Amino acid sequence: MPGAFEGETVTRRRFMNVVTQGSGMVAAAAFTLPALGFALGPLFSRVPFNWQVIGTPDDFTKTTYATKVLTIVQGVGEAGYSIAYVRTRDPSIDTEPVDQYNHWVALSSRCMHLGCPVRFVAAAQRFICPCHGGVYDFRGMVAGGPPVRPLDRFYTRLNKATGLVEIGPRYSVNSELHRFSPRDPGQPLDGIGQYLYPARFDTSSGPAGHP
Amino acid sequence: MPKLPAPPLPKVLKPIPKRPGENGETMTPGQTAAEGGIHVVDWLDERTSLSGGIRWLLFRKVPKGINWFYTLGSATMFAFLNQAVTGVFLAMFYRPDVNGGAYESIRYITDDAFLGQLVRAMHKWGASVMIILIFLHMARVFFFGAYKYPRELTWIIGVVLLILTLAMGFTGYLLPFDQRSYWATIVGVNINGTGPLIGPYLSDFLRAGPEFGATTLSRFYAIHMMLIPGLIAALIGAHLYLITKLGISAPPWLKAEEEPELREAEI
Repeated sequence: MPGAFEGETVTRRRFMNVVTQGSGMVAAAAFTLPALGFALGPLFSRVPFNWQVIGTPDDFTKTTYATKVLTIVQGVGEAGYSIAYVRTRDPSIDTEPVDQYNHWVALSSRCMHLGCPVRFVAAAQRFICPCHGGVYDFRGMVAGGPPVRPLDRFYTRLNKATGLVEIGPRYSVNSELHRFSPRDPGQPLDGIGQYLYPARFDTSSGPAGHP
Repeated sequence: MPKLPAPPLPKVLKPIPKRPGENGETMTPGQTAAEGGIHVVDWLDERTSLSGGIRWLLFRKVPKGINWFYTLGSATMFAFLNQAVTGVFLAMFYRPDVNGGAYESIRYITDDAFLGQLVRAMHKWGASVMIILIFLHMARVFFFGAYKYPRELTWIIGVVLLILTLAMGFTGYLLPFDQRSYWATIVGVNINGTGPLIGPYLSDFLRAGPEFGATTLSRFYAIHMMLIPGLIAALIGAHLYLITKLGISAPPWLKAEEEPELREAEI
């Protein structure tokens, strides 16, 4: 239907409709989009890590684990603590390739079923989760129960200047102890799992050249 | 013999009814109060026409045979109102501070604040009551077949309300910030994370980062006390509108009665 003047393709009523609804949408988007971005922002922010001293090389043995408390989130008090179980690498059982970051094997205490804290039971040489019965062997590989992958690990290094052992960011491993960027518990990394549970936007925080 | 309507007399000729107190006797205080109340209601109704809506909402026909099972929906709504009222007042004392402030504020509510233990218990136990009632209500609707045409949309909104109520339970569980809250939330967020493809991002959104951090608690608190309650209140409104518009379904054991003449006319 033509408009009031010759050559008009849109009636004035329709034009006013479009302008009114369009400006309403612009106004709504003007407060919705910034608010949404604000809520989603933490997905994309990098979390800084710092190497934390956990002891001297003599503090750790090949045959048992030492329990070390480390801070994974700064500024939230006890809620930011996590536990690492640390021992010296034993070439006779640790078959994964050695590099400068795994002279000490540091296992995360987070169960890879749903994230409860496992504890090391020295008598059984096993890690046992109290929540749903996950069991891991001495190397942190799944020995039974619902966990979907071996216990996560932390990078460790020897600080040559101070001669102290330091612990760094967490990484995840699949059942062949291949390294992946840190995933949440409950996300398998074998086979199709590594594609179904992609790396997150913000956590490629390992040392240079590592996941 | 039915009474015939009055003839159309001009207004001046119509008898004017006596106002209370015009018979010479004075109005009792009760009558004065009633008059005042009527004036206020009239004033509101003249400007809003609310009385029609209230009549539409409250004075509607209900089928024969309705029984106590039909009150489960209202019971759920009152459980929600209980949560809303107690929640508002708990929010006056609660601090979403991960550095021990949250736990301390809950301890203060429970141990020190006047009636704090009661109000917190009403909120805590009311949450379980609401979950139980909403499931009983859903069971009633399901077994009575009340979800069928034309009430499918009422059912769908009800399912969304159920999910939102469970989300309220999940977000509220963290707020006392004791060991149980913390680990339950870790587990709950990781269950979210097991969803393929979007799971990891959903967990990051819930936690506001890759680890349980400084703003996770305040995020849960904001979702628990602002985002979801607003949605629930709006959807309860839509749910009630549909119930009123479509009417209550009859119990399934009640057969529709046909007029005998109609039955014969079919043949």
